[in-house]
Order: sequence, then structure tokens, then C-alpha cells
Amino acid sequence: MEEVREIVIPGELLGDAKEKRAGYGTFIEDGKIISKFLGLPKDSNDYLSVIPLSGVYIPRKEDKVIGFITDVEKAGWLVDINSPWQAFLPLSEGVDEFIDFKRTDISQFFDAGDVIYAQVGDTKRGDVQLTMRTPVARKLKGGVTIKITPSKVPRLIGKEGSMINTVKEKTGTIIRVGQNGVVWVSGEKIEKAIKAIKMIDEKAHIIGLTDEITKLLSD
Amino acid sequence: MGMKTDKKLIVNGKRLDGRKPNEMREIEMKIGVIPNANGSAQVRFGKTVAIAGVYGPRALFPKHRQKADTAIIRCRYNMAPFSVDDRAYPGPSRRSIEISKVTRLALEPSLFLEEYPEAVVDVYIEILQADGSTRVTGINAASLALADAGVPMRDLIVAVSGGKIDDTIVLDLCGKEDNYSEADVPIAFMPRKKIITLLQMDGQLTSKEIKTIIKEQIKAGEKIYEKQKEALNKKYGK
Repeated sequence: MEEVREIVIPGELLGDAKEKRAGYGTFIEDGKIISKFLGLPKDSNDYLSVIPLSGVYIPRKEDKVIGFITDVEKAGWLVDINSPWQAFLPLSEGVDEFIDFKRTDISQFFDAGDVIYAQVGDTKRGDVQLTMRTPVARKLKGGVTIKITPSKVPRLIGKEGSMINTVKEKTGTIIRVGQNGVVWVSGEKIEKAIKAIKMIDEKAHIIGLTDEITKLLSD
Repeated sequence: MGMKTDKKLIVNGKRLDGRKPNEMREIEMKIGVIPNANGSAQVRFGKTVAIAGVYGPRALFPKHRQKADTAIIRCRYNMAPFSVDDRAYPGPSRRSIEISKVTRLALEPSLFLEEYPEAVVDVYIEILQADGSTRVTGINAASLALADAGVPMRDLIVAVSGGKIDDTIVLDLCGKEDNYSEADVPIAFMPRKKIITLLQMDGQLTSKEIKTIIKEQIKAGEKIYEKQKEALNKKYGK
């Protein structure tokens, strides 16, 4: 049997609110810190938090996400970012030069079905704005996109990108990971890379996953 | 409830299926049975089988049903046509609409819906096999499915049915007992603080009797809670 990390369930007592502060995935009730999610507990010096093992993506400012353009509006684009809310990319945030949208068909820049790598700008309760005005933002051409659990994205990236770099090097692919759990893969051994990414998604709670991935990729 | 029989339902302190009055049926819980759902669970109490799927939080349409400050929860309880002896007419009935509503009200207090404004959490409960206590089985399955879906929760929800047959207080009624019972009391509660979120009574009980039933149910609920914990841990290999 593989060695797994400790798991907490919703409503499980984590600690005292006097000693630690309540971090992400927890709440305080009667001076106790309690878990909100089924997930992995994390005990840092100041905070007690829980990383959920499942769940949808909640947009946060400055997150880099991969989105699918679903519709072209008059002065911007509607984007599906794999979250409960639809995102909007305004024309001024999508294109660098000045565009007079009355005279131009803006679908020449992005059209329905395009995949973009963008940054989350302002988010206000169900209203999510995107921006391409950041050096890494671009349209992703070709390649394959797959979806993983958004809360497992940090695990896929690893410490300072160690995990994702291993996958990239061993399979000779270009990979882009959105915080929203959408992963874009392009290059030589796409199938092998996808297999590894899916395995990381399924086995995020297992200790010694990096070794297992290295083994899978070197076969 | 309602039907009369001359047969004794409790003989020598044993019920029709050989259980003691406060004994539960065999319980089985499985997590992650529907691959396309965000979270799912199957719960079996004896011969009663319920399967629950949770979709979302996801976008809610039509737009006029959206709440600006919170998500809403939609719940559907449905009995499969083959779940009972006589074929159940498919589609919603008076009974299933009522149970859908009480299930929704039983689940709602546990969820942090305010974290997902304008969204919806869909809970679908299908009864695959009915042998009494279907609504509590459905609520137990829904609670596990919500936890599996990663919807933030204050606590899991535990539901237990109880009632009175032959002047004896019993727990977890099976189909026949349900038909001939004098009273039928399903409850659902959050085990940590013992907050009751569902309490229905069909039939006649004295106030003393209902107090004993609730006490017994909460005691039995602790065991179900342990089973739920076990099932959730099992999905991740523990």
C-alpha cells in the first residue's frame, strides 16, 4: 500500500484559535479552528489551513489562467475559465494598439474556440475581468488542453517548478499550467506527458510522488 | 404508515428481519461512483440503495434565479421506476417534490454558499432500491457527495429514521415496518454540534416518546458518522 498523507474531513477539529490563526479552507467556531473541506491539513508556523482535494476554481486577482473564448462581444470577449463564473476580456485589455471597434471586426484578434493564457484582473462577486497586458499572456496555438483539479495545480508545478520541469524535460513538451486547472500541452510526446499529469492529479496525496513520476517517464 | 395488519411486527423483542429495536441495518458507503459528477456517493441501508451526484458550484441560468450575494442549492429526489414492487410512475410526484424540498432544507445549513455568489449547487438523489427510510439514505448520500465535490461545509450531515411499531420505539425502519408503523420520524443533524436540520413526524407520538426517539437517533447517528468518515478516508487510500 502506498504511503498517504493525513486527511481531514469537513467539520473536523484542527486546533485552538488562540494558538494559531485560521488559514484557507478553515473557519472558526467557538474558539476552535475547523476544516471546511475534505483535504490535506497544513500546519505552518502561524496558520492552520486545509488544501481541498476537489472543488471548483475561484478566480483571484493576478492568477494566470487558461481560458477558452466562447463568444465575441461588441467590445470584448467572453471567456470560459473553468469556474462557476464567466470571465470577460475587454478589447482594451486584449489588444495593445488602439482599435476602433465600430470599424473593425474584433474576431480577427480572438475568435470563439481560441485558447488564451491570460491574467485575472479585477474580480468582483461573480464578475471576472481578464487582461492580456502582461508579458506571459498569449494565444495558445495548437496543442492539447486537459483539465485537472484546480486545488492540485501547486502539486503539479512542484517546489519552484520541479515537478513540471521534470515532465517537460523527459517528454520534450511545452506545458502551460493555468491556476484554474486547465493544462495546455504541446510538443513531441504529448500522450506520455498527459499520462503523467493525470497521474499527479489522481495521486496528489501520496508521499514520494516525484519518484513515481520520474519512474513513469523514464520507461 | 397508515396500513393496518393483524400480524405482530415484533416477536420476542425481535423485528421482522431479526433486528433488535434499536439496531440499524447493514450500512455500506461508496464515494466517487459517478465519474462525470463533481462529487458522488452511494449509500446502502439494508435493501435501500440511494445514489447522489453533486454538480457545481456552477453557473445558474435563467439569470433571474441568481442570487447576487449567495449560491443557491437545487435538490432533486427521484425514485427509479424499478425501485419498488409496483412500478413507480416516472417523473416528479407530490411525494418526491416534498422530499426534494426537505432534503434541500436539511443540507443548506451546513454549506458555505455565500462563497459562490450567483452560482448553483445541484444535488441529484436517485433511489435505486426502496425498502423504507429512503429520504435519510438519500440525505446521507448527498452529504458525502457534497464533501467529495469540495463544496465548503460546516459539518457532514447524518440522517437516521425512527418510529414506533407495536408500541415499541425502533430505529431504521424497513419497508414493511414503515407501512404498518404507528409513527415515523426521520431526522437529520450535524454531528459536531448536534444541530437538527430535518425533523418530520408522521403519525402520533407523545412528547415523551419523541424525545426518546430523537435521543436514540442521535446515538445511532454517531455510528453512521464514523462510517461516513471511514468512507471518505477510504477514497484516498487510508
